[in-house]
Amino acid sequence: MDRHVISVLVENHSGVLSRISGLFSRRGYNIDSLSVGETEDASISRMTIVVRGDSYILEQIKKQLNKLVDVIKIVSLAPEASVYRELVLVKVEAGEKTRASITGIVNIFRANIIDVSPSTLTVEITGDQSKLQAFIELMQPYGIKELVRTGLTALQRGDQQISQVGQ
Amino acid sequence: MKAADAIVKCLQKENVEVVFGYPGGAVLPLYDALRNNGMVRHILVRHEQAAVHSASGYARTTGSVGVAIGTSGPGATNLITGIATAYMDSIPLVIITGQVRTDLMGRDVFQEVDITGATEPFIKHSYLVRNAQQLPRIMKEAFHIASTGRPGPVLIDIPVDIQNTRIEFNQPDELQIRGYKPTFEGHVGQIKRALRKLRHSKKPLICVGGGILHAKATKELAGFALKARIPVVHTLMGIGAMGVDHPYYFGMIGSHGFAHANRGVGQADLLVVIGARVADRATAGSGIFAKNAEIIHIDIDPAEIGKNLGTLIPVVGDAKHILQQLSDGIEPLETEEWVAELASIRDRVHTEIHNKPGFVNPKQVLRDLGEVVDDQAVVTADVGQNQLWAARNFPMQGDRKLLMSGGLGTMGYSLPAAVGAKVAAPDRQVVAIVGDGGFQMSMFELGTIAQNRLAIVILLFNNSRLGMVRELQDRGYGETFGIDITDGNPDFIALVQAYGFQGVQVTNTKDFSASMRVALESGKPYLVECIVDAKESTL
Repeated sequence: MDRHVISVLVENHSGVLSRISGLFSRRGYNIDSLSVGETEDASISRMTIVVRGDSYILEQIKKQLNKLVDVIKIVSLAPEASVYRELVLVKVEAGEKTRASITGIVNIFRANIIDVSPSTLTVEITGDQSKLQAFIELMQPYGIKELVRTGLTALQRGDQQISQVGQ
Repeated sequence: MKAADAIVKCLQKENVEVVFGYPGGAVLPLYDALRNNGMVRHILVRHEQAAVHSASGYARTTGSVGVAIGTSGPGATNLITGIATAYMDSIPLVIITGQVRTDLMGRDVFQEVDITGATEPFIKHSYLVRNAQQLPRIMKEAFHIASTGRPGPVLIDIPVDIQNTRIEFNQPDELQIRGYKPTFEGHVGQIKRALRKLRHSKKPLICVGGGILHAKATKELAGFALKARIPVVHTLMGIGAMGVDHPYYFGMIGSHGFAHANRGVGQADLLVVIGARVADRATAGSGIFAKNAEIIHIDIDPAEIGKNLGTLIPVVGDAKHILQQLSDGIEPLETEEWVAELASIRDRVHTEIHNKPGFVNPKQVLRDLGEVVDDQAVVTADVGQNQLWAARNFPMQGDRKLLMSGGLGTMGYSLPAAVGAKVAAPDRQVVAIVGDGGFQMSMFELGTIAQNRLAIVILLFNNSRLGMVRELQDRGYGETFGIDITDGNPDFIALVQAYGFQGVQVTNTKDFSASMRVALESGKPYLVECIVDAKESTL
């Protein structure tokens, strides 16, 4: 099934997230990830939802979301016309012997070490999914103790804004 | 003023004359405001579920928004089935619930329940009011959202301390709801495409649902079908969208519809679906629905288009408006052959009616009911065999209404819906069709009927069975076992007499009409109990 990234402007008040996640679960739509936060207008939040499904499912998702009074606008963000980013924090085992080689990989990926302990390094890395995946695979041999990711977030390329896009 | 008084003021501004409800601790400020105001009539139901069904019957009879009130906790959860019923049938309601004090919310205190959360899957919109100052705007929004676009129930949950807060009454003249802008006018280009398709169609057919009634578009539908010469079929919720005496009326489709109507759909080359979601019951669960037809789908809810039916031309907007536009743009089509073909199908398949001694034939009785009641009658039906007997046999003509729970299939709907209808239209005949099962699911409403002296005639089909379920069990699982209520039924006549009503038992089809006339002319609540053979089939 195809992966789609949709961006949704919603009213920024309590209960909205549960309405949207409830809609996905009861209609059986699969969410890969959902990230949400306030926008340049504090009364509006923007959700980036990664879903899987064919064109029928995608159309249904958009139409059903649109029925919610709290949903202001929905656009699909096609890969070629958008920038996708995700942030991952990885706590990796790092003793004296391995610390230098991990730091080397971190530099190559333009990641940041944000915390150090005698036995671990915590790395922050941002990028698209293929970059993150490659980095995580390189860290695995050292021993990943913990990993957390924000879920994908995205914007249209160029000067276009979501408020100007036709649905 | 107190926020509770503001609620009542808002109700008056929305021209609400009647509310259906049940009091409790968390709505007492509102009840106090209702009492002090005295201008909004309150009908005390005997169970909150009935408050919503009654509000639904009221809304469907008046064409306005119905209002139901319940308290927090169990009062609110009892409303739920009514809300889901209204949601599935797109009935405009505003439901007001009390909630525990804001400072106690989230602590599982006495009679606390998250009702906005619980109703979220089957409600058009809901509000949990945390700022009393916003109440007047929220009330206005709620009525607007409930009644516009695709209608539906809207819930306002109001903590008891919010009801007691003093506020300045400020209501915006114009509502600005940025996430809610239903499309009203049909897209001109799409209407042109639809007209072009119609002109080239040899076998066009219109299939209508409840959307025609919500849009108050029955006249436009009748006019369009007549002018364009296109036959019309309908779904269960579309009963009443077109009178059975219209020359292009061709009957109800679906798993419990008429074979000729279903065959018509199978043979059409162009199907114009208007205000119907065409779910499994309408397509008789078949994947071959309208297999020879291209589809034009007209609906005010864009999410219905393409959901259950592949659609060639979608038209989003108000059915009344779009039918008028189609009517203006169409010349009469040459459909004589097609209409004759349909008529010949109809003449080949028709249902025989057999009378058995000692029993009333419900199908004949419902046809006879059509002769007894006038053209303004409001008839409600429950769920099960009684509903489909009514749907298939009660003739819809004039301004008659047949109200039932189509989407959710909620037993116990008929009696409280009849209460709402009678309160809405005291001068119209109101007949509540029930089975012995569904009647006992809302029997407590006899108290509401008695208290308000509502001259409702209850037409009870007593076959001492949960007839439709039993039929499914017999056919699907063999006749070895069925859940029956044979020995548990009360003496229904004695039961209504306990509430001070009259009742008559009918055991012969030919006695029905006379008994029904007596009941209708009594001007009082009346039970007409028809004894039906347990083996009587649905179709």
